[in-house]
Amino acid sequence: MDQLFNRKYIIQGLFVLLALILLGRLFYIQVASDKYFLDANNNALKKQFIYPARGVIVDRNGKVLAQNQPTYDLMVTPNEVKPFDTLSLCRIIGIDMTEFREKFRKAKVYSRYQASIFQKLLSVETYATLQERMANYKGFDVQKRTIRYYPDSISGQLLGYIKEVNQREIEKYQGYYRPGDYIGKSGLEKQYEVDLRGQKGIKRILYNVHNVAQGSYAEGRFDSLAVAGEQLTTTIDVELQKLGEQLLANKLGSIVAIEPSTGEILAFVSSPGYDPNKMVGRETGKNYQQISSNPYRPLFVRPIKGRYSPGSAFKPLDALIALQDGVIDPNTTFNCPGYYQAGNRRFKCEHVDGNIALRKGIARSCNTYFWTIFAKMMVKKGLKSQNQHKAYDEWQEKVRKFGIGDTLGIDFPGESAYKLFTADDYTKRYSKYWGYTTILSVGIGQGEVTTTPLQMANIMAIIANRGYYVKPHLVKGIGNDKHIDNKYKEKHYVGIDAKYFEPVIDGMQDAVNTSIGTATESRIPGVLMCGKTGTVQNVHGKNHSVFIGFAPRENPKIAIAVIVENGGYGGAYAAPIASFITEKYLTDSLKGRRINGATVEQYKADNLLPVLKDKLPTKLKLKVDSSKVDTTKQKAPIKPVPAKQLNQNAILPRKNATAK
Amino acid sequence: MQQQNSRFFFNVDWITILIYMALCAIGFVNIFSVRFDPDTSTAFNFSDEYGKQLIFVISALILGLSILLLDAKFFSVFAPIVYGITIIMLMAVLVVGRNVGGNQAWIPIGSFRLQPSEFAKFGTALLLARYISSFNVKLNTLKPILICAAIIILPMALIMLQPDAGSMLVFLSFMFPLYREGLPGNLLIIFWGAVLLFILNLFVAPAMLIFAILAIGALFAYNARKKIRRVVNIGIITIAAIAYLFVAKFVFENVLKPHQRTRIELILGLTTDNRGAGYNVRQSKIAIGAGQLTGRGFLEGTQTKFGYVPAQSTDFIFSTIGEEWGFIGCFVVIGLYCFLLLRIINMAERQRSAFSRVYGYSIACILFFHVFINVGMTIGIMPVIGIPLPFISYGGSSLWSFTILLFIFLKLDSNRMGFI
Repeated sequence: MDQLFNRKYIIQGLFVLLALILLGRLFYIQVASDKYFLDANNNALKKQFIYPARGVIVDRNGKVLAQNQPTYDLMVTPNEVKPFDTLSLCRIIGIDMTEFREKFRKAKVYSRYQASIFQKLLSVETYATLQERMANYKGFDVQKRTIRYYPDSISGQLLGYIKEVNQREIEKYQGYYRPGDYIGKSGLEKQYEVDLRGQKGIKRILYNVHNVAQGSYAEGRFDSLAVAGEQLTTTIDVELQKLGEQLLANKLGSIVAIEPSTGEILAFVSSPGYDPNKMVGRETGKNYQQISSNPYRPLFVRPIKGRYSPGSAFKPLDALIALQDGVIDPNTTFNCPGYYQAGNRRFKCEHVDGNIALRKGIARSCNTYFWTIFAKMMVKKGLKSQNQHKAYDEWQEKVRKFGIGDTLGIDFPGESAYKLFTADDYTKRYSKYWGYTTILSVGIGQGEVTTTPLQMANIMAIIANRGYYVKPHLVKGIGNDKHIDNKYKEKHYVGIDAKYFEPVIDGMQDAVNTSIGTATESRIPGVLMCGKTGTVQNVHGKNHSVFIGFAPRENPKIAIAVIVENGGYGGAYAAPIASFITEKYLTDSLKGRRINGATVEQYKADNLLPVLKDKLPTKLKLKVDSSKVDTTKQKAPIKPVPAKQLNQNAILPRKNATAK
Repeated sequence: MQQQNSRFFFNVDWITILIYMALCAIGFVNIFSVRFDPDTSTAFNFSDEYGKQLIFVISALILGLSILLLDAKFFSVFAPIVYGITIIMLMAVLVVGRNVGGNQAWIPIGSFRLQPSEFAKFGTALLLARYISSFNVKLNTLKPILICAAIIILPMALIMLQPDAGSMLVFLSFMFPLYREGLPGNLLIIFWGAVLLFILNLFVAPAMLIFAILAIGALFAYNARKKIRRVVNIGIITIAAIAYLFVAKFVFENVLKPHQRTRIELILGLTTDNRGAGYNVRQSKIAIGAGQLTGRGFLEGTQTKFGYVPAQSTDFIFSTIGEEWGFIGCFVVIGLYCFLLLRIINMAERQRSAFSRVYGYSIACILFFHVFINVGMTIGIMPVIGIPLPFISYGGSSLWSFTILLFIFLKLDSNRMGFI
């Protein structure tokens, strides 16, 4: 029996061993690993988010550009629905029975116990009707939320639109967004997303196994309140913006107006644009389709993406660098026999000006004059290729200081940086024996020099400021304290002494205000406007009309760049449009006609949309007019363009455009 | 009379009764936590599970104390009759029973339901103790072993007809009291070895298994290389084991019907459907894990409160302990069980009569089997076979039957100096 008695220990040992196995496993599950603990929270603890109101966007004078409006979603909790008059509900929310059944089926698939959206974005009227009868529809509920509303229906591109987040954005913002949340996708809504959106509030709510809420977790100790989004005060003047959009209606082009002393952008027009209200509400998907497939590309933000040779608008800059270099002085005179002789090649100037100095050179936009000073700058270190290359590199470095060849750093997404060639770039292209004659067109703002409208306007701001600029920006202040990034307060000097600006400005003043000028169409009664026209060659069709300028001459308040694609020479459209904007801003009125007799209404009405050969949504295909050899600005009346080149509605340039 | 009374109270093992009451109280508290919703109910509700459990506990205590008042000889004398009654009940349930969840295991009596398989445990324990304690039974000979096997297998077979695999498997625990009484250890090793091989056979590649058996056989043979006879025996066993593999595989795949195969696979946890048992275990593990070291506190367990663990008041009651009382609570509960079971074994060993000893071992092993399987399934190391946690799980039948099991032993123990 003794031997058998020992078996007691085997059995007891077995008990203890197995109990220890249980305890070991329990220790792992409960103490060593937190996997199960986290799973438990996923099971029962759900975060409910409280969405704050998005920040309002206002213009520089406090007028609302974007605000919020309430909208209502009809929610349904399938297991609470009792039999009811489905037909009446269908009639109120405007759907048919098949749609109703489908929506109800979807809601049941989502969850029987949880409310889900049955019908989105009900109008206030529908909501009112529905609200009265809500008692008849057990299990249905209306949930209020806000969507964007744009009172003036302007500046779609500037303001941007909001849409549901995608996976990339969820990852980028590291968990702030959840699928279904809205985020600014373009424009200011995107740029200032973090300020506008505010801070979501979080309520931690316990759910039971059927996903029915059971109350808040830990009496709400870990909950947080929603913080409303901050108000965004833009630099835009809504009146200017509206006028600009009207003037560019049915045209392709941009207007950028800057307050020179602050770099604040007063108008930022890109045409064609779109009505921002179309990107809100139930029709968003359809509208987006329409807008994004429009061949004139309303989503293309021309002021910061449009790529244009500045053309003659580049000449003041050229002159400033030459003056600073000491290559010329304001009285240095060159002869313009109607062409420029470079070696055995002749480059044509559009007019014979005879002996011409700086002031008149700018006013007349004399190509010979600027080719001459460009040549002088290029050969100032000697005629040998390497020396010219060195001189070119020095020159292009100075051009860069004006904000060309890189982005300006505007507070807006998607600014393009267009390349400014260095000597090496040219060597790669032409091998090492190129000289100034090879790149002569650069001297008059053509060839490889390309800029955005924003950069052109900024050059004007520099000249208006006599030597510096503040990075152009669209937001004056965020929130109640109106704070902005310090980089939008710094002055950037361009390395030209203030004294050299006056002779250049003299020329620009004459361009507008004397009979020999090229920009007389921008003359404003009672305002001393200084400007410069440009005509940008367009291999695809009619030239682009360009005007840059600022006003008034002393203590300038506005610097402006206007580009009207297919608008012909600079004086035809860009100059008068710029003058209307300037007049409106400086005098808050639009008095009378321009020198050519046209009124603001006529410019608004003109249609310059090119006829599209085929409806390629991304590329404008225009018939190339091979007869077009007009490489320089001219004051002569513009040739009527063959009608087939223009839209049916297009109005030909006014005959009286030649009047002085 | 007075003297007899004082002796009676002196002899009863009150420590065991205290542990018993502690476990019952733990059960009640945790069932209360599962069922009581402070948001909707304000008063104590006797028709809810926690209310019923309180009635069960009180009635079980009365039942236990009245057992203590019975004559100790009663159990030995009436063992065959008790066994017979439970067998008749097991048969009756197949005819008049109520089918709950696929098992015909319940006899409805008024508002309560009786589960005969719970009572079959102590009927079997009593008869087994009676038989082994009878004169001249030696468990190292074939005939007594077969008789014992018959006593155990009869209720198992009847329970399997319900079919209730979990309750059936509980009867395997009778093997250990038999072992204590002289059943050759080799038999036990062969049995569990066969079970182990059968299970391994289902999910380990045959080649691996054969190789492993050969390796183990070679190791033993090398150890016994001086004794040719043993080496031969080991060789025979090794070959038999390999042959068994093929037979088992053949039986499993060709002799057993599909639903029987599924049942075995389910018992072994080979097929876990996430909607059924797999879901239960996952949620149970989550609830237990959520308790961490110190638990979330009474009525604070979210998984418990919000009904994430199915069958939480019955088979998965341990998950409530795990969530609300944490590792410390689990440690205390398992500690209490261990203390109780080791104590019962020690008490069994101090019995003068073989009947009491065999009976003591029987209940210790039955209780242990329940605890190990039940806790093991809530933490995912044992298959989900639906057997209650003794004294803690909700349910009158199981609580009463465990109470009867335990208190019969306490009565026998209090009378250990007397002859039965």
